[in-house]
Amino acid sequence: MDAEDSGEMRVIADYKGCQSSPKNGKGSCGSQAGQGDLPSEIWHKVKNHPCYSEEAHHHYARMHVGVAPACNIQCNYCNRKYDCANESRPGVVSEKLTPEQAVKKMLAVATRIPQLTVLGIAGPGDALANPKNTFKTFELIARAAPDIQLCLSTNGLDLPDHVDTISRYKIDHVTITINMIDPEIGARIYPWIFFNHKRYSGIEAAKILTIRQLQGLEMLTQRGVLCKINSVMIPGINDQHLIEVNKAVKSRGAFLHNIMPLISAPEHGTAFGLKGQRGPTAQELKALQDACEGQINMMRHCRQCRADAVGLLGEDRSGEFTTEKVMAMDVQYDLEARKVYQARIEDERAANIATSEELAELAGEMSEINLLAAVATKGSGLINEHFGHAREFHVYEISTSGVKLVGHRRVDVYCQGEYGEEDRLASIIRAINDCHAVFVAKIGGCPRDILINAGIEPVDQYAHGSIEKSAIGWFRDYLHKIKSGEILHVKRGEAAIPQELLISVA
Amino acid sequence: MPFKIIASQCTSCSACEPLCPNVAIWEKAGNFVIKPNKCTECIGDFHEPQCVAVCPVENTCVIDTSVPRSQASA
Repeated sequence: MDAEDSGEMRVIADYKGCQSSPKNGKGSCGSQAGQGDLPSEIWHKVKNHPCYSEEAHHHYARMHVGVAPACNIQCNYCNRKYDCANESRPGVVSEKLTPEQAVKKMLAVATRIPQLTVLGIAGPGDALANPKNTFKTFELIARAAPDIQLCLSTNGLDLPDHVDTISRYKIDHVTITINMIDPEIGARIYPWIFFNHKRYSGIEAAKILTIRQLQGLEMLTQRGVLCKINSVMIPGINDQHLIEVNKAVKSRGAFLHNIMPLISAPEHGTAFGLKGQRGPTAQELKALQDACEGQINMMRHCRQCRADAVGLLGEDRSGEFTTEKVMAMDVQYDLEARKVYQARIEDERAANIATSEELAELAGEMSEINLLAAVATKGSGLINEHFGHAREFHVYEISTSGVKLVGHRRVDVYCQGEYGEEDRLASIIRAINDCHAVFVAKIGGCPRDILINAGIEPVDQYAHGSIEKSAIGWFRDYLHKIKSGEILHVKRGEAAIPQELLISVA
Repeated sequence: MPFKIIASQCTSCSACEPLCPNVAIWEKAGNFVIKPNKCTECIGDFHEPQCVAVCPVENTCVIDTSVPRSQASA
């Protein structure tokens, strides 16, 4: 998962995400395509990174290589039979790779997915609890594919010891999972840590962890490494406390804060899951993210992807690139062809962003209405997915201030050609129940009627159009209809964050 | 008595392997095993057996009572 001496650090922290909306100038990792007020050096690092730029995540792909199976801490939201829950969801297993296999895999992916810009190491354990494998992999990748950006994810316990190496290997992006700065809260999240050849537990463990995390963060930002902070929101344990965490990481120069919902289905066998600890609702998550906004850029497009994920953030193509398949592939790293392809993406990207004129037009409308809309998209910033084929919906907040991505909802694909469509539709409606509309490329008659009955307007008139521009157009019409008395604006209800695992479509 | 790894519980995360002061832990066909004649229970090196302390699954690195302790120092 996201700066220099304190002077520069401040500048970066004050930069408002990827969007500044015309009205209140409040930032989020929204949708600004341009550099905005970001220093060139930072802009260069984030513009094509799908995790660090919401806008880039529509266009560019990342891959994780599972070269780091060992971990040095135990988290109550993780079951070590599976991957780390730092960045991966609990309950998934990644394929373990050697550094050499990881390079071969990266070359295979880059050959077939020219949008690939980022390679990360996010487990399945902790990247820095496996320093030999992690840094060997980065060394080999940098030699084989110098244009690929490197990033890693860590719990931060061993971070201070590796800061210089991270800097030397030109790892531009480091994600640290920080769930608390108060050891008493930490003791409820981490049963133990392994540090300096000793196992520590309880408050003592949490104290060491928080000191090391914050120290590591400060050391990285002083060296100009962009840091993203991941925090798992655990209702009743650290939910309100994350506002303090947000302030602490901002003051130490973190670039981006990503608050993720706890996933605690009992079948994943995590300590929290078995204890019946619940995760937050979509509203609770959004309210906390909103409360932290303005302090620092908030990431809203995280998919809590697995430690061997491949592709655009919303998709997982890891199944196409198993070790067995990769070893049989003929790969050629064609830097020039990749550059040509990515130049085309840049043109397409610029065309899909709402212009300042369009935004200004919206700002001219007078309304306090603020609503959510779900979008079925396959990427490129377009409404280009059928309702029945969508594996997830992007959720945008629309107001006269502009259009801002505030989350995404994973769902079971409605059209699977089997029985159970009714149940799946009901669960999709639960997942987007807080939305007034759902933008799709196409939708069948039956789900259309059921959505309308549930109070969600299916919108297909903007099929294959730009998400931002279409949302602005639709919202303008919506406001006009309210003004003319044709429709009545009603508040929507709560939505559930689906706990099911993403079905691999690869 | 040396430690052994209960294979059915081991997640093969490899965390224990580099920590062993005696290089007694090996990966064998995807599973990690402790060579009984090399294990010293970390006595003389650390205050607690490293494999036990780092293992993410409780009661997975356990004392192997079938092997006499004397062998450990052999």
